[in-house]
Amino acid sequence: MTAVGEVPAWRVRVRGTVQGVGFRPFVHRVATGLGLDGAVRNDGGEVVIEVAGPEAAVRRLVGSLRREAPAAAVVTEVTVSRATTVPAPGFRVTPSDPGATPYGFAGLPADLATCPDCRRELFSAADRRYRYPFVNCTACGPRATIVDDLPYDRVRTAMAGFRLCRRCAAEYHDPADRRFHAEPVACPRCGPRLAWTAGRRTAAGPAALAAATTAIADGRIVGLKGLGGYQLVCDALSPAAVDRLRQRKRRPRKPFAVMVPDLATATLIAGVTAADRVVLTSPAHPVVLLPVRPARRLAAAVAPGLDRVGLFLPYTPLHHLLLHDLGRPLVVTSGNRADEPIAIDDADAAERLAGIADGILGHDRPIRARYDDSVVQVVDGVRRTIRRARGYAPGALPLPVPARHPILAVGAQLKHTFALARGDQALIGPHGGDLADADTLAAFRSGVARLGRLHRFRAEVVAHDLHPDYLSTGYAREIAPATRRIGVQHHHAHVVSCAAENGVHGRFLGVAYDGLGFGDDGTLWGGEVLLATYAGFRRLGRFGRAPLPGGASAVHRPARMALGYLYGGEFPMPATPAPALLGRMPATERATVRRMVERGVHSPPASSAGRFFDAAASLLDLCDDAGYEGEAAVLLETAARAATGPVPALPWRLTRAAGLWVYDWSGTLGALLIRLAAGVPVAELAAAVHRTVIDVTVELCVRAADRTGVRVVCLSGGCLQNRLLAAGLPAALRAAGFTAVLNRDVPANDGGISYGQAVVAAARLGKGG
Amino acid sequence: LGHGSGGRLSAELISEVLLPGLGPAAPGGPLEDAALVTVGGCELLLSTDAYVVDPLFFPGGDIGALAVHGTVNDLAMRAGLPVALTIAYVVEEGLPLTDLRRVAASVGAAAAAAGVPVVTGDTKVVGRGAADRLFVITAGLGRRLPGAAPTAAGARPGDVVLLSGPIGCHGVTVLSTREGLGFESDVASDSQPLHRLVADMIAAGGTGVHALRDPTRGGLAAAVNEIAAASGVGVELVEAALPVPEPVRAACEMLGVDPAYVANEGCLVAFVAPERADAVLTAMRARPEGAAAVRIGAVTDGGPVLVRTMVGARRVLDLPLGEQLPRIC
Ligand SMILES: [Fe+3]
Ligand SMILES: [Mg+2]
Ligand SMILES: [Zn+2]
Ligand SMILES: [Zn+2]
Repeated sequence: MTAVGEVPAWRVRVRGTVQGVGFRPFVHRVATGLGLDGAVRNDGGEVVIEVAGPEAAVRRLVGSLRREAPAAAVVTEVTVSRATTVPAPGFRVTPSDPGATPYGFAGLPADLATCPDCRRELFSAADRRYRYPFVNCTACGPRATIVDDLPYDRVRTAMAGFRLCRRCAAEYHDPADRRFHAEPVACPRCGPRLAWTAGRRTAAGPAALAAATTAIADGRIVGLKGLGGYQLVCDALSPAAVDRLRQRKRRPRKPFAVMVPDLATATLIAGVTAADRVVLTSPAHPVVLLPVRPARRLAAAVAPGLDRVGLFLPYTPLHHLLLHDLGRPLVVTSGNRADEPIAIDDADAAERLAGIADGILGHDRPIRARYDDSVVQVVDGVRRTIRRARGYAPGALPLPVPARHPILAVGAQLKHTFALARGDQALIGPHGGDLADADTLAAFRSGVARLGRLHRFRAEVVAHDLHPDYLSTGYAREIAPATRRIGVQHHHAHVVSCAAENGVHGRFLGVAYDGLGFGDDGTLWGGEVLLATYAGFRRLGRFGRAPLPGGASAVHRPARMALGYLYGGEFPMPATPAPALLGRMPATERATVRRMVERGVHSPPASSAGRFFDAAASLLDLCDDAGYEGEAAVLLETAARAATGPVPALPWRLTRAAGLWVYDWSGTLGALLIRLAAGVPVAELAAAVHRTVIDVTVELCVRAADRTGVRVVCLSGGCLQNRLLAAGLPAALRAAGFTAVLNRDVPANDGGISYGQAVVAAARLGKGG
Repeated sequence: LGHGSGGRLSAELISEVLLPGLGPAAPGGPLEDAALVTVGGCELLLSTDAYVVDPLFFPGGDIGALAVHGTVNDLAMRAGLPVALTIAYVVEEGLPLTDLRRVAASVGAAAAAAGVPVVTGDTKVVGRGAADRLFVITAGLGRRLPGAAPTAAGARPGDVVLLSGPIGCHGVTVLSTREGLGFESDVASDSQPLHRLVADMIAAGGTGVHALRDPTRGGLAAAVNEIAAASGVGVELVEAALPVPEPVRAACEMLGVDPAYVANEGCLVAFVAPERADAVLTAMRARPEGAAAVRIGAVTDGGPVLVRTMVGARRVLDLPLGEQLPRIC
């Protein structure tokens, strides 16, 4: 930057997460402090600063944009150019230009956890917002969940109906104030109020909060109107309360998340690393999966049979008050029955939660958009997203090949998300759920409409999975003619999601270890090694196949899956002692499943890594029936962690079939059964299964690299949520001379499929000329 | 070609391959089980069908009875009373004559029981491999019952959905017999003619009987989806109300199949104006074919066909491609 000529005026453009995070007041404060003239405004999705003054001062301003930005801001790009007009003296914040159309997407900020300043006010008896459950400022508070339209201004939010009192208005209009243009700003005089309903009894304001805390302390279940939807809350230390919640919510085993009052309590319950601490206290305040300490204080039913628990910190003032007043960990889970979308509408919530909650703590600030709590885990010091929702969505992600036409990617079926792609950005909508639920399907349709309307987005191309019966694929067929649809293979989408967020260029090896996805040959895949680019792929290797007796019912019952491997897999099993599993199964089921497998009746074959883990879990008597998706694999992983010392792999080999390298698992499962019968501990065998898969993967990649010369490996698919694989696979691959990367901001599970689809579709359009 | 299970692939085969072949003269509108033909001012119903089933004989029926019942029922779904049937046999060389004799006798008995004469027919013997043992092709001519005109496009929001009897028996019986799964000892095909049941329903409900369909291939799910699509409405069924015999439930659980997708040959689903629903249901229950008739749901303004499950969730009941492939990842 060199100032030449007589006009020392500059134009600074800032890209990234810079709107709705207090960026303009921050620029105003810094510029004013440096005595600069000019103005700052939101423009499209960016912040534009026009500034004039001594070059050294301008340099300092530009430097501070990255260094001193507000906690929730993410600055990805700063460009400085000469301006032609000199601004008037003084520094101003000027209104955003609603007509500006961004290249990618206008900044729709994600919700931000309560900041330290607001938390201090919340608990300062002298503050006018003392114990006010809706305190917020430019650094924190609701954003995406209250927006009606963009640009993000109070009149276009759920706060439009609350008229600012004189003192709040003064803060809102003062560029030097922390609440300058804090759109949801409120106080007890002018803002939302709490309301409690339990049967015919009601209460308002502080009395409502008191009633709710009393109920929770008494072991009852409370429906709580949270940020992105209603939640169900109960005492996490009370086995009776947690059991009751499981019964009423019809969620027998899937682990619950636990909100703890503070980091100290988190540390009592679980092992918290420095990296975990950073994530727990980050602006998104996600649920973080952590290792439970042996002397567990939580009710066992919180996470049955698992050695990990999802903890998070209070992220709204209301959560802070509840946790503070109750002083104990609380189960905080989405307000719905199993498989339904989280309720956001007051009347709807009252109806849905009627049979579950003993009382409802609500308020009169509407929720405009549904955002579940996000779930992450830290593996090797890096935050890996498992469920991308509140606090992260709908932030933009990079699109390596810019989209020549706006693309709607409709995602998969379970853990559903959709994505919009335009310019060089893709926007993933929040986690939805299972589209087979009619309300989740409806939420998907309205979610697409809502995000499209906010961003003035009209899809010209629709990207979808190849599975013909995914309801997302059906939606694609419904809204777009065949000429405007791009089908993307499930596992190509998985590995591309990983490559794209890691900025991989050119060809790469994609390892997709997954449950099931529809292959381009009409069979089910899930243990794949692909040679891929963003636009296409070729299959180089796979897991050996086994039939799923009864299709989906074999997924719900790993014991059946095990019979698929024993009786009808691609490779005959060696002679072993009779598996104990056979004794646990009813004789008629055993006989019928065997017959189904032998006759190929409703037993589609799949080359799946996830199903292989399921079968191993059942053969080791860890899980015959899965209480929730992935339970068998999680229990196998948990068992493996209990193994002491390094465990060698079980026998395995690769064979060639139809031009592919294929993992023959028969030796592995045979040795597993023989050693199990010989009394080898289950933990050791569970660990050996993981070790085997890692060794097999390295060898598959070595063969692929020998043929292709490609040594970059992108690992994705649901199995990469397994920490032993997420840590062990990259390490083993690196030791073998590969570069290996995992998903980070995009879930490795099917929540990442929509992003992968968008990237692939953009790349294919880009090639289309 | 995987177009055999009555799912979306067969629908696509019809709309994209077969109908275009008929050229611009092909009649538009929703596909019906039987077509209305006016001859000299007289309204007649015409239907044709081809039967392939493996095995040829199964508990509760055989390919011959199935052909008669299927064609009679196709006429009945448009309020037609059967007047005459035709039968053609395509016989693979080597089929035991006793089998053919047994099927022919079954055709005769079923036609007599349904009160409809078989007026003409044809037989072709083809070489080994040119056909699979025996195919039976039928045509049926019907006369329209006065006082009603049920049509696939006739369902209206608010209509009550009635089902004449238990579901899943036929499909489970045939599959289990063919594959030797063992369920066939507990369950038999429901194959039976439904025209008398329909006559009584029309007598009780008149023009309030908006749409009728026999849920054959693709089962109840396909039948309801076809009516919903043709009528431009949604449907909400109640899982707890669906009559699924215990052996069928057990077999479906083992096979990983929803009973709502399993084929039937002796029941019908009716969309009836709410004010006539009780009368129609009473009339159904008065006949042996409808003794177990129940109300299973209602027509909604739009949206997908869905089922309110036992636990209160609302699950989408869509039209699968062909055989159901797991959608779980
Ligand atoms: Fe997947
Ligand atoms: Mg028919
Ligand atoms: Zn704040
Ligand atoms: Zn105020």
